[in-house]
Amino acid sequence: MKILLIDDSKTMRNIQKSVLAQLGHTTVEEACDGQDALSKVGAYKPDLILVDWNMPNMDGLTFVKHFRQTNKTTPMIMVTTEAEKARVIEAIKAGVNNYVVKPFTPDLLSQRINETLAKCQQSAQAA
Amino acid sequence: MDPQYIKPFIASIQNVFSTMMQLPVTVQAPKIKDNPSTTYDVSGIIGLSGDVVGSVVLSFPKDTAERIVSLLTGSQMTADSPDFADAIGEIVNMVSGGAKASFAGKKVSISCPSVVVGPGHKVAKQTDAPTIVIPCATDCGEVAIEVTIQAADAAVTAKAA
Repeated sequence: MKILLIDDSKTMRNIQKSVLAQLGHTTVEEACDGQDALSKVGAYKPDLILVDWNMPNMDGLTFVKHFRQTNKTTPMIMVTTEAEKARVIEAIKAGVNNYVVKPFTPDLLSQRINETLAKCQQSAQAA
Repeated sequence: MDPQYIKPFIASIQNVFSTMMQLPVTVQAPKIKDNPSTTYDVSGIIGLSGDVVGSVVLSFPKDTAERIVSLLTGSQMTADSPDFADAIGEIVNMVSGGAKASFAGKKVSISCPSVVVGPGHKVAKQTDAPTIVIPCATDCGEVAIEVTIQAADAAVTAKAA
């Protein structure tokens, strides 16, 4: 499984990579903002995207909106400090499949990744 | 300053430090800052805009910052490490983001973090609001949250006066 991690903080990308490695996912591409991610996503074709919200150049919500114009199915999880209910709703409407608020425990992130992949797999099979 | 703007930072630093670093934080009595220099040598800085304006500085002694960042990243890190500032920035980002979620009914945006390392530096204020220092103690050493914040309409009124 190919995973794209989008976060302007290398520290946060490393923390998430370590959780992904514990889940057995080691094929990971990194992007430092939405613009960088858009330039990589076409060639990389990820099976799962983890995206931060607040980033320079292009924020995560703008990335999600751009990406969903051409790709409706790749699962996306927003991993962000934006915890307000209105923000969660905004992100879901834009097309993310799940939402994790920072700070998170490794167990919580693992759980959200697993449930997102399972749900998206069920939807794909039902289609 | 309205205590409703201070309490969320106390809850947030305790949540971030315990969740990400398993590090309990003991908070001491907040006080008004009477010195323009930051409390300690390493500052993680975030700007706030929207219904409230101001800034949040997470201030660490260098040794404490190195210990805390090493806990967060799981590897020994010093202030000279290339990723040190990034890690400090992510900590202040999480603390500020968590706090702003508790500003009931307020729409607030946070800036990308900046980090300054060096003794005796100052962070310029962009509002007339007083700065409140929240001293915190951890097993890694002391940390201070410096909050300068006011409602946006109060800031406009103060500028016009």
